[in-house]
Amino acid sequence: MATGLANTGQQAHMKHSIAKTEVETELPLGNKADVVITDLSRQFGDGSPVLDHLSLAIPAGEFVALLGRSGSGKSTLLRTLSGLDPVEHGDVVRPKAVSVVFQESRLLPWRRVWQNVVLGQNEPEAKERALRVLVEVGLEHRVDAWPLTLSGGEAQRVALARALVRDPSFLMLDEPFAALDALTRIQMQALVLTLWRKHQCTTLLVTHDVDEALVLADRVLVLEHGRIKVDFPVSLPRPRRHADPVFEALRGELLHALGVHDT
Amino acid sequence: MTARFYLREGRRFLSPLLLVTVWQIASACGLISARILPSPVQLAHTLWGLIKNGSLPTNLLVSLERVSLGFSLALVVGITLALISGLSTWGEDIIDSPLQILRTLPALALAPLFILWFGIGEEPKILLVFLGALFPIYLNLHKGIRNIDPKLLEVARTLGLSRAQTIRDVILPGALPDLLLGVRFAFGIAWLMLVVAEQVNAESGIGHMMMDAEDLLRTDIILVGLIVYGLLGLISDRLVRAGELWLLAWQTQGSKHI
Repeated sequence: MATGLANTGQQAHMKHSIAKTEVETELPLGNKADVVITDLSRQFGDGSPVLDHLSLAIPAGEFVALLGRSGSGKSTLLRTLSGLDPVEHGDVVRPKAVSVVFQESRLLPWRRVWQNVVLGQNEPEAKERALRVLVEVGLEHRVDAWPLTLSGGEAQRVALARALVRDPSFLMLDEPFAALDALTRIQMQALVLTLWRKHQCTTLLVTHDVDEALVLADRVLVLEHGRIKVDFPVSLPRPRRHADPVFEALRGELLHALGVHDT
Repeated sequence: MTARFYLREGRRFLSPLLLVTVWQIASACGLISARILPSPVQLAHTLWGLIKNGSLPTNLLVSLERVSLGFSLALVVGITLALISGLSTWGEDIIDSPLQILRTLPALALAPLFILWFGIGEEPKILLVFLGALFPIYLNLHKGIRNIDPKLLEVARTLGLSRAQTIRDVILPGALPDLLLGVRFAFGIAWLMLVVAEQVNAESGIGHMMMDAEDLLRTDIILVGLIVYGLLGLISDRLVRAGELWLLAWQTQGSKHI
């Protein structure tokens, strides 16, 4: 652990084996693309590859949902994009300012809510900045609370605030609502949508929940055995209704792609 | 809450008080020989006498000085070693294994060697306290640093914290509960080492006072010494607990909803 702590600042480019110029000519979205993954592979030991020559371009500002069964490579892809895992084969280009929200809030229990939000930011007006973002996520009344006193939903709001205070161009959400109860989850989904509209950051939501993906995203991906199996846009106007026949059809299609069949 | 709290605190003193009363009655009735176990009232007289003639304050001060010197040294050295071995792999390789070997030695068994090396001055006593207190501090802090939740370290990485910031904001506060636990253990051992050091060979201190009393068959003075040792242990434990309440407010206040 000790050595692993060392300087892992955010990098603009994590390069390996493939030159960047090649990437830009190959991909249709070229220069406009905010996040570009090319031929990314990852393998642990001699097992089957977790990521298998995966290529993906996400245009700036797009909200993408990434679905997949356990073991499909979702987590590895997200860890690679967030810089926690190295790029061993392939090439990843992403903005410098990225933020991650995990399934658990991962707040430091020994720092108050506002200190968690601006952790590592040393400017004198840090508290005011924290306050502004906490207002955005509706937690202005918990600014000085200890994290252990928060409910699950409140803790995830703080985690969202901590991600947003850094003005990310690319926001990654790793099953952020999986541990919340159904009602809180609906509120959090609405909040994420509001914040995404306001901040206009490229967003990648990893989820197990087909409905959640369809309610929130511009585009849905299904990952299987480290490859992108399904990639389609969701052009329904927001707010989206589960009863909408198009919604129903997309839902069936996604469940089918995930290997769930109506009986 | 406060009224109930004080009632509860008060109740905790009930059974010790009852025991002392029974003891006093048994002594007064002649059921317990004063030679073997003097009555509480006699002990109070002896205590007052020892305070008045200055022997208790003088000896107490000497004992306190030994413990605070040995303990402070153990704190500084223990924390430094634990930080070095906890925060770097080469530090762990160099520091941890010799300390893990040394800790299996019963520190008390070193007393004769220390007396040979350092004579009968203050050094062997302070060093015995130091050595006894060192291991709980080092071992607990080292464990605390090594057991930091790796998920929090990942957050620190995704937030772009520098190594210094990670140590200051994540690792040290996360290891603090373990350090304080180590300090409490260390105090317990420090008093034990002091007793032995002062009874094996000393010309002052509470332990010396008790050994002198043994020669004079003064059971009452020995008992006063025991009570003083007990109180010192209790006070130091209370002090660390108070420190925990203050330093670990996030834990204690976090457990109840405010």
